[in-house]
Amino acid sequence: MDNIFSIAAFYLLGLVILGSAILVVMLKNLVHCVLWLAVTFIAVAGLYMLLDADFLAMVQILVYAGAVCIMMVFAVMLTQRKDMKSSSLFNAQFRSAGLVAFLTAALSAYLAMRTAWTSTVMPVPPRTAEAIATLMLTKYVVPFEVAALLLLVALIGAIILAKEVKADD
Amino acid sequence: MINSLSLSIGITHFLVLSSLLFGIGLFGALAKRNAVMVLICIELMLNAVNINLVAFNKFVTPLAFIGQIWAIFVITVAAAEVGVGLAIIIAIYRNRLSVELDDFDWLKW
Repeated sequence: MDNIFSIAAFYLLGLVILGSAILVVMLKNLVHCVLWLAVTFIAVAGLYMLLDADFLAMVQILVYAGAVCIMMVFAVMLTQRKDMKSSSLFNAQFRSAGLVAFLTAALSAYLAMRTAWTSTVMPVPPRTAEAIATLMLTKYVVPFEVAALLLLVALIGAIILAKEVKADD
Repeated sequence: MINSLSLSIGITHFLVLSSLLFGIGLFGALAKRNAVMVLICIELMLNAVNINLVAFNKFVTPLAFIGQIWAIFVITVAAAEVGVGLAIIIAIYRNRLSVELDDFDWLKW
C-alpha cells in the first residue's frame, strides 16, 4: 500500500478512530458517548474498505453503527433516571485500570512491531461477497449454522430476561 | 526498499492501531461505573480484534478469506452479546433501580 491516497486515508481514519474512542471513554454524558461510538464504528468500516473488505464494511455499518448503537440508546433511555450530565463517571480504581490498559496496549504494540511478518503480495479477490458466501455454505457450513442457532438462543434469552416479571404472591 | 518501507502502510500499522484501540476499550471497561458503558467499551475491544483479523486477511492469507469469515462470526457473537447483556442490565435495573456497577454486590461475602 504505497499509494499516497491510501496512506493519507489510513492516518486520517486512524486519527478519527482513536480520537472518537478516547471521547467515548472520557465524556461524562452517556448519550454523547453512544454518538461518538457510532463515529468510531463508521471509521472502522472505512478501514475495512481500505483493507479490501467491502462486504464486511457494509456489515459493520449495518450491525454496529445501526443496530448496536440504537440498542445502546434504548438501554440508556430505559435505565437512566437521574440527570444525564454525569451519567458516565469513573470508579475508584481508574488509575490502576489506566496502568493495566496502557501496559497491555504498549506490550502488544511492541510485539507487533518486533515480529517479522511474512506478508504476501497477492491481492484480495475483488468480489469478496461471492467468495465469502461460497465458503460459508461449503467449508464453514457447520459454524454458520451454529451462529444462526446462537442468534436464535440469544433472541429468546433476551426476551425472557427483559420480560416483565410477575411477583409470586 | 528501506525508503518505501518507511512510507508504505504495512500490517504493522494496522496491528499497532488496533492495539491502541484495544487499550482504550480495556481502560473504559475497567474504569467505568455505568454498566451500559462497560458494554460499549467491550464493543470497542471487539472492533480492535476485527481490525486485526481483516488486516491478517489482506496481508497474510488473501485467498483463503479466513480473516474475514472470522470477523463475521465475531460480529455475530457481539450482536448476541449486546442483546443478552442489555436485557440483563434492564432486568437488574428493575430490581435495584440502578445501573451503577458498585451497587451490584449480591455475591460479596
